[in-house]
Formats: sequence, structure tokens, C-alpha cells
Amino acid sequence: MSTPYAKLPAWADYGLIPVINLAVAFVVAGFVVLLVGENPFRAAAVLVEGAFGRGQGIAFTLFYATTFIFSGLSFAVAAHCGLFNIGGEGQGYIAGLGIGIVCLAFDSVLPWWLTFPLAIIAAAAMGALWALIPAYLQAKRGSHIVITTIMFNFIAASVMVYMLVGMLKPANSMAPQTRTFLDGAQLPKLNWVIELFGAKIRSAPFNITFLLALVVAFLVWVLIWRTRLGYEMRTYGHSPKAARYAGISETRIIIVAMMISGALAGMMALNPTMGDQHNVALEFVSGAGFVGIAVALMGRLHPVGIVLAAILFGMLYQGGAELAFEMPAISRDIIVIIQGLVILFAGALEHMFRPYVQALFASLSPRTVGMEAVKGKGA
Amino acid sequence: MDMFNAIVQVLDSTIRLSVPLLLACLAGLYSERAGIFDIGLEGKMLVGAFAGAAAASVFHSAYIGLGMAILISVAFALVHGFASITHRGNQIVSGVAINFIAAGSTIMLGQAWFQQGGRTPALASDERFGAIIWPGADALRSVPILGPIYSELISGHSVLVYVAFLAVPFTWWVLFRTRFGLRMRAVGENPAAVDTAGISVAWLRYRALICTGVLTGIAGAYLSMVQNGGFVKDMTAGKGYIALAALIFAKWKPVSAMFACLLFGFLDALSIRLQGTPLPLIGKVPVQLMQALPYILTVILLAGFIGKAIPPRAGGVPYVKER
Repeated sequence: MSTPYAKLPAWADYGLIPVINLAVAFVVAGFVVLLVGENPFRAAAVLVEGAFGRGQGIAFTLFYATTFIFSGLSFAVAAHCGLFNIGGEGQGYIAGLGIGIVCLAFDSVLPWWLTFPLAIIAAAAMGALWALIPAYLQAKRGSHIVITTIMFNFIAASVMVYMLVGMLKPANSMAPQTRTFLDGAQLPKLNWVIELFGAKIRSAPFNITFLLALVVAFLVWVLIWRTRLGYEMRTYGHSPKAARYAGISETRIIIVAMMISGALAGMMALNPTMGDQHNVALEFVSGAGFVGIAVALMGRLHPVGIVLAAILFGMLYQGGAELAFEMPAISRDIIVIIQGLVILFAGALEHMFRPYVQALFASLSPRTVGMEAVKGKGA
Repeated sequence: MDMFNAIVQVLDSTIRLSVPLLLACLAGLYSERAGIFDIGLEGKMLVGAFAGAAAASVFHSAYIGLGMAILISVAFALVHGFASITHRGNQIVSGVAINFIAAGSTIMLGQAWFQQGGRTPALASDERFGAIIWPGADALRSVPILGPIYSELISGHSVLVYVAFLAVPFTWWVLFRTRFGLRMRAVGENPAAVDTAGISVAWLRYRALICTGVLTGIAGAYLSMVQNGGFVKDMTAGKGYIALAALIFAKWKPVSAMFACLLFGFLDALSIRLQGTPLPLIGKVPVQLMQALPYILTVILLAGFIGKAIPPRAGGVPYVKER
């Protein structure tokens, strides 16, 4: 995407502008809270208190954040290659199939530290395969990736319903879900890390997948900014024509980027299944794939930003649950609204406040924005 | 004769199920022909459904409900326009945002205002759009073949159903026989040329989005005030996306859009009808396969195996004056 605007110092570009966008999103959400007759400031206080006030809240916040780190990274990898992967939800959902099969097969024979790597491979492979078809169709037949990935979300949902009411369900059960995994497929909790700091936790699903998410975030950074493949992906994302001219294979780069993106989306399924519920149930992804879009846009497609944004959204999810409990007029769906507003202001309207910020910087010190020579242009 | 009645019934529910798809599909046609990809059909339909049912139950009038549905839906369309036309933001990102805001706010406001778990109160019959019985429908019912067709298929629908089907020739006429339509198609293919001719690209696209908002508003009102006697959370359930699929299937043409929506509505009606009953030759078809069929068909079409769907050329690209 070309920006017809002058440059800002990096800290303003990566720090100030996202913060302004986020602040506006929250102000608008505050008006919605007013509309239902509650005090937005008290609501915000309850939300933050619920997310970080007690050890229990922190553990839940980080548990939610784990899933969002994966889905955010998934969206970001595709976005760096100029592809809008809206199919993270479906790729994560179908990955539950791989996880389910691995866990049901091995949970009675292997310890968790052997099941876990197998499940990671299965989840990543299923997610990548589910992204492969839209990627191939985009690369070879020119069908729009956004539409095909949306369609694949619905197809994934149908496949999973079919599998869960059929093969994966234990014969004597009515509920459309697998049986509960045995110890060999239950991931160890990380709650003791928070308890080291003196907090008490009754029970929270915060588990070892969080560490995996951090490692994967680092690997994504290495991939995008320190490898040849990442460079090619960014080149293609900036200018497909330039990439073609440089001899980068269009088909290869689209398919590789989408498969990595799909694999990351698939790995997001590990956290709620093996880490928390210990089964694969209907709708277990519950929108986390879409949250990844907001997380990635908020984090400006950089792994560090994504981890921070994921924690922010984890906070919203955990705090939102507390909020719904404390203030009956506000339901948990306030999070969905905030999510939408963040996507709107940090994604679609990301340049709305830029001219004002630029004007401000220009009036304070023209040199920082490089506006001396080209005064008045751009902004 | 039983077989014939069953067919008439399936076709009747085909019409009922395809109406919201058709309205949303035509809505998408306006915006996409003007060069704006609209992922947000789903969200706009949802707010329309909520606003319609809420206003109808508060003011006890179906028409106020419909007006409110259109108003709110247009407002959301304008937000989409503000982001993607005025601020040249990514059209897909803003569409996704619209869907989220719609999904969250309808449940939250519904819960806060009516305290029924995100539902609106059940609408009384005068707060809904009732069925219009055509003259002689009851008298002709007993006539073989033609009787059921006239009294079941043609007569006995609500006014919005007829509006939806009349919107098809109307859209065709607007698109291909009016100056506005010509310019709108031009702005979706080559906005720079339209701009050179001294016509505002932004204003044209805004007008197209207003048409989109009006139609998604009616689609929403149909869902909550005709098909269902009130708003239920997430009641659009992916219909906006199916409409988008139908639009691609129809290659952005109004009459084909009607047939695509009827086809998808028919698949839906058939899957409800055939639940659990085995088909001759094929055996029992999983319901999930029937439900996924519109999506699978669209993917196959998009892959270019059934003709080729070529979108408006300037679609998805914000227009920047002067390079």
C-alpha cells in the first residue's frame, strides 16, 4: 500500500499513532456504554481490575492472549505478502481435527511431551493444507483470496460438524465433541509462574502453549526480517510487479506464505483444546481467528506489536467477562464491539489522524518529518 | 399428487429463503459495481434486522420498523464509505470492522433495552408484514396443478417479497438504462475516466453505498419482521456471505443474481426438507454437505471451472486523484 504522506519519526509511527487509534476506539466504545446507561469510566476500571487485579485474572488474560498471538501472527505473515487471509478461523477449526486424531490415538500411550510435538505438527499441517487450496486458486486461477478463504471458513465449519457428530464422537455420547483427553494429551499449566510473584490462583487454563507462542513469534520475526524468503514475501507484498521483475515466483511465494499463515492459524487450536478443555468440541475456536485480524492490525504486523496487542485483547476478553458479571447492562459482547472499533480505527482509518499528527510535528520541529524542502506536500 | 404438493412446498420455501439473499445480493451489486468490495453485507443486514424489530415493537408499526432498519443500515454503509472512500482505507478491513460492530452492538443494545438475552420482544401481527392474499387465491386452490402454484407460490407472501423480486428489474433498469447506472458502472471499471469527465468519484460511490444500505436494511427487516417474529442474535447466520457468493456466481448481473439466489435458497430449502431422508441412487446425503454446497460451488466457480467470474476492474482500490 503506498502512503501519500510524509514520514514520521519511527516512535510516532509505531507508538503514537496506534495509541491514538486505540484511544479513539475506546472513546467510541465508551459512548456505547453510555447508551446502555452505565458509567464508561467505572466500566473501564472494572475491566482493567478484572484482567490484572488478581493472579487469577492475569492467568486468564495470558491464556486468551496465547490464542490471539497465533492468530495475529497468522494474519500478519499473509499480510506481509499482500494477502488478506480472513480464513484463520476455518484453518484453526480444521486443525482441531488433526489435534483430535493425534490426541485420541496417543494420549493413553505417550506422555504429554511426546504428544505435544505430534499435535503441533498435526495442527500446523491441517491448517496449512486448509490454506493451500485458496492459495493455489489465488496463485494459479486468480480467484480472490478473501472470498475463497471466507468460503473455506464455512466449509470447515460444515466438515467439523460432520466429523464431530460422526466419527470423533464417542459412541455412547450425545454431545458433539470428542471424549476427554487422558493425561497424555493434557498440557502442564504455567500458573505457578504467576504464583511466584505471590498471587493466588484457584484454577486457570494458562498453560505451556504460551511459551510456544512466544517462540513462534520470535521465529516469525526471523522469517520476515532475517531470511531471504521473508524478504521475497515483503517484496511481493509491496509490489508484485517488482517481485516478478526480480524473478520471484509468484505461485511459490503466494503458496508458501499462505501455508505458513495457515500453519500458524492451525497452531492456535492447541491452546483451547489441549491446554484448556481437553477435548475438541463444536465451535471451540469461537472467533479467535477473527480477533487475529484486529490483533495484527493493532500490532502493525510486527511480532512484538502482535504479542502486546494479543495481551491487550486477552485483557479485554478476561476483563469483559468480569464486566458482564459486575454490570448486568453490559454483556460480554462489548468486546466484540471494541474489536470492531479497533479494526476500524487501527486498520481502515489508520491514516485518519496522521495528517494532524504530522502537522503537529511539523510545527514543533520541521526537521523530524523532513518537511523543510517539501513543505505543504503530502499532509 | 403428494409428490407435486411436496415440490410446491419446497419451491415456496425456496422463495422465502432466497428473499434475504436476493436483497443482500442486489445490495452488494450496487457497491461492487461502483468499485467497493463489500464484506460488510452481513453486518449491515444484522443491524437492519435489529433496528427494524426494535423500532416495530416500540412504536407498534411495521412501517416505522422498516424505515428504521433502512436508516440504520444506511448509516453503517456510510461509515463504510467514510473509511474506504474519504479516508481511502482498506475496503475489506472496514467491512470486517462493520461486521464486528454490528454483531456486538445488536446483542448488547438488545440485552440492555429489552432484557431478553439479546432478543427483541416477539412482534404482534400488526407489527409485522403480513401475507398478501391475491384475489381468488382461495377459490382457485382446488384447481389441479395451477391452483396450488397460484395460491401457494405466487400469492400469500409479504410485501417485502414482492419488493425484492421487483428490485431485480428495477436494478437492471438503473444499471443499464440510466445515466446514474452508466456512471456507476464506469466508476467501478475506470474511476479516473469518470473523474476526467468532471464527475465526482466519491459522491458517486457514496450514492451507490446508500443504495446498498437501503437494500440491506430491507433484507434485515425481512429477516426479523417477516421470516421471524422478532430479532434473535446473529440471525443473519452467514447470509451476507452467501449473498456475496451469489453475487460472484451471478457475475455481478442483476437477473443472474436472482437465479443464483433462488438456487442457493433452493439448496437450503431442500436440505431442510431432506433432513434424514435417503435419496434414490445417492443414498443419505449429510445435511452438512448440503449446507456447504453454496460455498463449494462458489469456490469452484471462482476457480474458473464454470465460466469465469471477472469482478469490476477498479474494485477494492481506493481512488486517489492525481498521481
